Amino acid sequence: MSQRGIEAEREGDVGPGLELEGSEDTSRGLRSYLIGFALAVGLTAASFWAVQTHAIYGPGISIALVTLAIAQMGIHLVFFLHITTGPDNTNNVLALAFGVLIVFLVVFGSLWIMANLNHNMIPMKMLMDMQR
Amino acid sequence: MFGRLTWQAIPWSEPIPLVAAGAVGLMLAATVGWVFIKGYGPYIWKEWITSVDHKRIGVMYCLLALVMLLRGFSDAVMMRSQQALAFYGDGYLPPDHYNQIFSAHGTIMIFFVAMPFVIGLMNFVVPLQLGIRDVAFPTLNSVSFWLTAAGALLVNISLVVGEFARTGWLPYPPLSELQYSPGVGVDYYLWSLQISGAGTLLSGINLVTTILKMRAPGMSYTRMPVFCWTALASNLLIVAAFPVLTAVTAMLLLDRYLGFHFFTNEMGGNPMMFVNLIWVWGHPEVYILVLPAFGVFSEVISTFSGKPLFGYRSMVAATMAICLLSWLVWLHHFFTMGAGADVNGFFGIMTMIIAVPTGVKVYNWLFTMYGGKVRFEPPMLWSIGFMVTFVIGGMTGVLMAVPPADFVLHNSLFLVAHFHNVIIGGVLFGLFAGYNYWFPKAFGFRLDEKWGKRAFWLWFVGFYAAFMPLYVLGLLGMTRRMQHFDRPEWYPWVLAAAAGAGLIALGIGAQIIQLVVSIRNRAALRDITGDPWDGRTLEWATASPPPAFNFAVMPNVKGEEPYWGMKTKARELAHLLTAEPSYQPISVPRNTATGVVTAFFAVVIGFAMIWRIYWLAGIGFVGLYAAFVVFAWRNRSEEEISAAEVARRDRDNRFVRSSVLAEGASQ
Amino acid sequence: MSVVTSFSPVDPHHLGHSNLSLGTEWEDARGHGEGGPASKSVIVSYGFWIFLLSDIVMFSAFFAAYQVLAGNAADGALSFDLSNVAIETGCLLLSSFLCGVASLCANRRRLLGTEIFLFLTGVLGAAFLTLEIREFVGLIQQHQGPADGAYYSAFFALVGCHGLHITAGLLWLGTMMAQIFAKGFRHDVLRRLTCFSLFWHALDIVWVAIFSLVYLMRFAP
Repeated sequence: MSQRGIEAEREGDVGPGLELEGSEDTSRGLRSYLIGFALAVGLTAASFWAVQTHAIYGPGISIALVTLAIAQMGIHLVFFLHITTGPDNTNNVLALAFGVLIVFLVVFGSLWIMANLNHNMIPMKMLMDMQR
Repeated sequence: MFGRLTWQAIPWSEPIPLVAAGAVGLMLAATVGWVFIKGYGPYIWKEWITSVDHKRIGVMYCLLALVMLLRGFSDAVMMRSQQALAFYGDGYLPPDHYNQIFSAHGTIMIFFVAMPFVIGLMNFVVPLQLGIRDVAFPTLNSVSFWLTAAGALLVNISLVVGEFARTGWLPYPPLSELQYSPGVGVDYYLWSLQISGAGTLLSGINLVTTILKMRAPGMSYTRMPVFCWTALASNLLIVAAFPVLTAVTAMLLLDRYLGFHFFTNEMGGNPMMFVNLIWVWGHPEVYILVLPAFGVFSEVISTFSGKPLFGYRSMVAATMAICLLSWLVWLHHFFTMGAGADVNGFFGIMTMIIAVPTGVKVYNWLFTMYGGKVRFEPPMLWSIGFMVTFVIGGMTGVLMAVPPADFVLHNSLFLVAHFHNVIIGGVLFGLFAGYNYWFPKAFGFRLDEKWGKRAFWLWFVGFYAAFMPLYVLGLLGMTRRMQHFDRPEWYPWVLAAAAGAGLIALGIGAQIIQLVVSIRNRAALRDITGDPWDGRTLEWATASPPPAFNFAVMPNVKGEEPYWGMKTKARELAHLLTAEPSYQPISVPRNTATGVVTAFFAVVIGFAMIWRIYWLAGIGFVGLYAAFVVFAWRNRSEEEISAAEVARRDRDNRFVRSSVLAEGASQ
Repeated sequence: MSVVTSFSPVDPHHLGHSNLSLGTEWEDARGHGEGGPASKSVIVSYGFWIFLLSDIVMFSAFFAAYQVLAGNAADGALSFDLSNVAIETGCLLLSSFLCGVASLCANRRRLLGTEIFLFLTGVLGAAFLTLEIREFVGLIQQHQGPADGAYYSAFFALVGCHGLHITAGLLWLGTMMAQIFAKGFRHDVLRRLTCFSLFWHALDIVWVAIFSLVYLMRFAP
């Protein structure tokens, strides 16, 4: 059984950011941070490149940006915050999922509603034509 | 030098606020004077103000709520009497003044009565029910309470220095923007809410962590009492919703202070976005209030029916379903703001769906009572009163969930009647039930039953008398917040509502008398064993009031209703189940003034920002940071209660309980 | 390998278990299911995690407002300097990495290493902040400030909120560095350091969302 497994059995849930706590073995931790850093730099560069290049189909750029952003947030969570899918991390993942759900509801709900509020209004173009 | 603050800020020409402020000032001075003359000062400081004990903090929250209830209710009486008098004359409140009163009424009742009362009960009860010593972050708990009190203080200061908002309890722009509300009223509202909102958020984090990470050994999630489940759902909602309130309040503050254009009419601002975002917070807020009340009813109904709660798992499922669904309905507060039929329809249907889990709960309570030996003591009366009243209020809510119906009824008195129906019938009745139920646990003696029943009946009849006419008025076309009106067909209903308010006033009077009588007769009403109601959950395993450490030895939980199981077995055997444990010293968190000092600087910052005295606000921020550093630098965060002291407190309670068991056996 | 989590090994508050023994066993995992309360460090870091999630909800409210108001950006686009944004992003990412290294040093109780890496974290954070303030001043001078239109207001509020969090973080960082120096690696100091690094990493996560969806998205056709 892995070292993490033994600790999980003995100590129960692990707190966010505490995965490596008290560990004398820094090389594992350092590797995690280095890999995370490298991946994050790569994804950031990719985002900047995506905007400035003509290699990507125009309307697809915004989706590319969103995807790269989500990927990078995941990298941060896994390599910097050490969030895993193990049973000792369940509470942390559930809390994160709850937060993400609320963010989605607030952002997309608001956008949907605010865009819809002019639904019953005369279309802008017709309104401006009428004022001429 | 003093920003916008001048002597003109005090309303010299308006007798009503001056007299009210004078009366409050006198009462305050009398109370403080009495405390110091009797020498209670050091005791109050050490045992209450700087306390980080969840039980003390819970009591202080409830006390704040009850005191603010008096102010909120005075506002209500003024509104009702103004409307009753304003048919044949102008009434006695100029419109300007009346607008501040209804705004203050709503703000105070939601933020400084309902919220503190609910949080206070959760604070007091949850650690005891979970079988633990305190919440996750005791000092943060103290900070939360004092920040809430700071917000309440600011609102009360607005009565005498300056003015309050005239916008209603939710300050919709553009009325609340600088152009149409140039005074300090809206600023008082905004800063008071920012400060107390921060306190509430911290409290939410505290209780979520406590419930998820700190339970007695053996207490898995499915062995938690239902009150703890509803507390969990409510606090998850706090953690998720209050940041949105913080953000929206900040946006309006930025508009007013730095000329931002979030919600202005010109320069691209969108006032409708305020309405949208504030109700994203506003709807979960009402579930934050009502879910713990549902939890209280679950506890009270099962205790006073002598039966376990019917359908534990469906109760939990219904609670968590409500927690989730409450995020999908917020548009029903602004059906009329222009959204198309698809959006309105979606939110209308979701609003109707959310009534289903609530119905499940009501049936579970009814089935709990069925076949039980029901005792009609005051907590049970409040619960039965709730079931009738809340169902009516819920049904009118579902009625208004139909967008076309809402187009007629939006902002009429029908709406006002509906939300008072559910808030008073649901939240307030639950809080009064919890107050009567847990009072002996907190103070060691029961509340007088006779006056409790009188208070209930006066409130119950008074509520129907005050609010059923408002349903009729709404259907007759009367809008909310009217300072005067001229339709003769409304007049008799307005009078009836005023009479109802009078009955409620008598009910509140009865509650005050109940408290006074109970304190006077406390020896006769003493709760000796710690279990006055034959309770079923762990808080009744402690003495009344519990010692600072709650449990001398943490309970070992073996199934649902652990205390009931232990008690039944003990009664069978006619003696306590366990031998005396080997007592160990217990570490408890040390008291600290951090909470009250933080709140002091918060009030300084709030007041300074309201009046644009920026140098003073700067001092406040520095003070806040200094308080944080002083707290962070302390070396000792706990103090030890000796094993002998633990033994003494526990032995007392064990002795009493053994005697009662032995008596029971010999009968 | 035992994990050091609190003042005393297992039972800091001498809670014990009651003498009742009705025969069944319970899970030994603490803070998980039936094992009793979790250790203090787990409680503290989980509580802080919940706070971070609430903070992210607050950012999302500002973000929602930004997206709504950006829709009516009849007031014209914001003149962003992408190379400036790239440097800011690099600073923050590097400071996040160095913060992680600092916590590794703290695990090994190396005072000098911890302080140096924390200091570097702070320097990079301050660099980020300086660049951001310069950007804001530049925008205001070009009449693209918060008082010049709703879209600008929303941008300044969202990015400014993040900047305020960074400022508060730097203040906290300075206090933590002083505390570690004064008190050494005491358990409660270590718990606070964990909270700080969670905070700093979370701010970087929020920045990822901001530079992708606010800055770069403006350049997507």
